[in-house]
Amino acid sequence: MKRWVPLVAFLILVGFFAKGLFLNPREVPSPLIDRPAPAFELPLVGNDAASFSPADMRGKVWLLNVWAPWCVSCRQEHPVLMQIAQSGRVSIVGLNWKDRDREAAMLLARSGSPYLAVAEDLDGRVGIDYGVTGTPETYVIDREGFVRMKHIGPISPDVWKQKFEPKLKELGA
Amino acid sequence: MMDRIRNAMLALVLACAPCVAIGAATNDAAAVEAAPNAENPEIEQRMVRLAEDLRCLVCQNESLAGSKAELAEDLRREIRDQMKAGKSDPEVIDYLTARYGDFVLYRPPFKPVTWLLWLGPVLFLGAGAAAWYVTLRRRRAVAAEPPDAEKLAAAARLLKEDQ
Repeated sequence: MKRWVPLVAFLILVGFFAKGLFLNPREVPSPLIDRPAPAFELPLVGNDAASFSPADMRGKVWLLNVWAPWCVSCRQEHPVLMQIAQSGRVSIVGLNWKDRDREAAMLLARSGSPYLAVAEDLDGRVGIDYGVTGTPETYVIDREGFVRMKHIGPISPDVWKQKFEPKLKELGA
Repeated sequence: MMDRIRNAMLALVLACAPCVAIGAATNDAAAVEAAPNAENPEIEQRMVRLAEDLRCLVCQNESLAGSKAELAEDLRREIRDQMKAGKSDPEVIDYLTARYGDFVLYRPPFKPVTWLLWLGPVLFLGAGAAAWYVTLRRRRAVAAEPPDAEKLAAAARLLKEDQ
């Protein structure tokens, strides 16, 4: 009986390692969840005279999608975002992150825009306030302006169904 | 089945690799990069010292001081600006953990969720010491046991039979 103890202990350890191996190291938990979305005021892509602030979205559940024209996986999620925008399920606001060459307007004109507005974060300071580590990242923000969920990486149809839909339902959108 | 075993073994090896990588990255990367800022060497030194203990969030096994990722550059700029504005080191750390969580810290704080992390090694050492002590005592008890007269007689009988 006692002879089994080291083997069992070893198997438990292997269990922990196996679990750790299949976790995604990019999925860093955000300390922003259930906190107010950081305020900012940024000019819009293609229209420097106008600006966007999260306060403009009070009373609505909305998505803040951090992306960049140079980001490949953002192009991958672009058709999914287009579908969401067309369904009218929820408004998506873009945050154009560190786009030094200002290519966002051109790209959106070419491939269509799923965004209600796209704010321009040229130096990445607003990105830092939101804890952005890379693109794409998407935040779900509720009617009171609280961050309720963060998704790291592109939104696939599956991710949308399994992660976003339930959250949106919970928030009454 | 064989495939599964092979995968499991690979998993073990891979699970151990990051520990080695983290050790290597924090040691050699820290001092080399982040060219000294001529305008304010004092702040630059403070920034590098602080950033050596912070994780770059893009290349996760590098320190913020040593990483060449763009985000790391931005964060170094942010730390520099905050220090210039007169913020203390703990205030800068608070600023970063409020945005990126404890994950940016290479030395996680001691709190309920990290108790096992910090105390684990002590617990394992204690368990090992206890097992060692119990084994030694048991062995000593066996050695000290006086020989059983009946068993000795049986042994003598067997030896005699052999002859």
